[in-house]
Amino acid sequence: MREITLSQAVNEALAEEMRRDPTTFILGEDVAEAGTPFKVLSGLVEEFGTARVIDTPISEPGFVGIAVGAAMTGARPIVDLMFGDFLYLVMDQLCNQAAKQQYMSGGKLSVPMVVRTNLGATRRSGAQHSQSLHALVAHIPGLKVALPSSAYEAKGLMKTAIRDNNPVVIIEDKLMYQDKAPVPEDEYLIPFGVANIKREGSDITLIGTSSMVQVAEAAARILEAEGISAEVIDPRTIVPLDEETLLKSVRKTSRAIVIDEGHQNYGITGEIASRLNEKAFYYLDAPVLRMGAMDVPIPFSPVLEDLTVPTPEGVAENARRLCAGEMIHAA
Amino acid sequence: MTSKTNAKTNTTKALSTAEYLRMYTQMVRIRTFEDNANQLYLSAKMPGLTHMYSGQEAVAVGICEALNDNDHITSTHRGHGHCVAKGANFTEMFCELLGKEEGYCRGKGGSMHIADQSHGNLGANAIVGGSMGIATGSALRAKLLGHDDVTVCFFGDGGTAQGLLYEVMNMAALWNLPVIYACENNGYSEYTKTEEIAAGSITARAEAFGIEAFTVDGQDVIAVNELSKKLVARCRNNEGPFFVELMTYRYHGHHVGDINREYYRSKQEEADWKENRDPIIHFRSWLIEQGIATEDEIETLNQEIKQDAKTAVAYAEAAAYPDLSEVDMHVYAETDPATLRAGN
Repeated sequence: MREITLSQAVNEALAEEMRRDPTTFILGEDVAEAGTPFKVLSGLVEEFGTARVIDTPISEPGFVGIAVGAAMTGARPIVDLMFGDFLYLVMDQLCNQAAKQQYMSGGKLSVPMVVRTNLGATRRSGAQHSQSLHALVAHIPGLKVALPSSAYEAKGLMKTAIRDNNPVVIIEDKLMYQDKAPVPEDEYLIPFGVANIKREGSDITLIGTSSMVQVAEAAARILEAEGISAEVIDPRTIVPLDEETLLKSVRKTSRAIVIDEGHQNYGITGEIASRLNEKAFYYLDAPVLRMGAMDVPIPFSPVLEDLTVPTPEGVAENARRLCAGEMIHAA
Repeated sequence: MTSKTNAKTNTTKALSTAEYLRMYTQMVRIRTFEDNANQLYLSAKMPGLTHMYSGQEAVAVGICEALNDNDHITSTHRGHGHCVAKGANFTEMFCELLGKEEGYCRGKGGSMHIADQSHGNLGANAIVGGSMGIATGSALRAKLLGHDDVTVCFFGDGGTAQGLLYEVMNMAALWNLPVIYACENNGYSEYTKTEEIAAGSITARAEAFGIEAFTVDGQDVIAVNELSKKLVARCRNNEGPFFVELMTYRYHGHHVGDINREYYRSKQEEADWKENRDPIIHFRSWLIEQGIATEDEIETLNQEIKQDAKTAVAYAEAAAYPDLSEVDMHVYAETDPATLRAGN
């Protein structure tokens, strides 16, 4: 199968969906000729013109609000939010406006829009361009949240996001834009709420999201050499969450670590761990561990920044200790 | 080039008798709706609070009578007037205010989120200025998809303090969008005089973006309607956006519970507006002077509207609440599974 980069996969998904549906359009900062700072959208303005690939002023609440109104009245906007950190700027439009229209109107108004943005530290970008803020939006009823972990997921999830009748926040790992993966040439979509078992195992379940799927897989390879069999699962969407697949795995392995690049406090890792505790408690041989980003603003200095994100070695070490029964009474 | 004009009532008859009477009827329907809503609050029959539109009727009616059902509006927390003026009926509105299943939003929205999609009302909004993006986005959609509808964005003088307004006006002007920003200046930003929160000129802010801005007497329904018709036609002719500041007055407090309010507004000032600048009294006198309607005909209309409201309130009071199973319905819209398959 051919291999393409995550960036190309997103670009293909957008182009295919824009050819399919004339009500779709892209808006955001530097999306047209510039094709975004990450060049993900290169070539789209040449095919679809500036009427459908719209450069906006640097007014995030303004253009997200505009997308909400366009979506409520029959278009399917795809908003490009240049950095995930800018989610803070658009919280009212996303969480008070987009997320609640369907419910507040008793099902009469819907907001079929996509916000595509990114996450990920270790790019030496400092505290305001490195955050992984998906927990903020996952907390809000009415929003769906997708976290692609490779080029394959990026394309298939994006196509579903565009066709979904709800506001969807799809967050790409900005460090993976140039990573290649096998992507079929034939059209495919990845449904929301269906986790992907990346690797089967019997001793411990490693649940990783987005960038942390690679980390979990690398940890599994380390553990395999030591005779520990780790199962790696990528939920692919955290809202909706495929709880069944996660529970089934944990009932089999009896141990789990949840790994996510958002801050650990009050984060995705805590939510998933809690669901496993509530619904698979009697199957567990050890507490479910959380491994999120450190609860510090992301530092600039490379030696400090690298400490903030879970690593394969760190995951492997925790897995080893869980499997050895060392952490059963850990505080 | 921008211009600022002060529209005044054209004293010659430009509309048909039916059109004038419809404007009068809609204004009285709003006032009557609010009187009943206030009564429901005072008698503890309505959950929560609500924000009265009384005093501002000529704004909503003058503008909405220049629109058709395909045109869109976005409304505010003080939104009952916009909702009635855009064509909503009393029964579904009162049901919504009381949280009943037959309300416009199945009781899930309430006063501050009432929406009536069937008449193009994209909804009230409980965040001051919260719908400015929505209105502008509706206009962008119209332009993008080649639709000829116009969107009116209602907001108050208080809303002009939100940064969102300036972001979206900038884009509306850059992209020539068919949207009219209608600023209802009722003199008060919640519990604070507008002069204390708004520096400089409100219309000059729109003009800075190259948006043509107008100031109009918001108590004069004919002046509002004449200006609105011109601007709507110009929007359809790709000449938008526009900005209108409508000078008006809020008879009640910020909300129905804001009763002792002399610390920010005198009773004398309120009485002056009610006695001398009431939009309904003013228009009623004009209709009679012009021979468009007689006193008897006007009284008959008023009584019919009162009766309609009474019937609707009684219906809403007796109507059923939503089934408890509805609490987690409508969080997400359905998506047809077929559209999510490759090849479709």
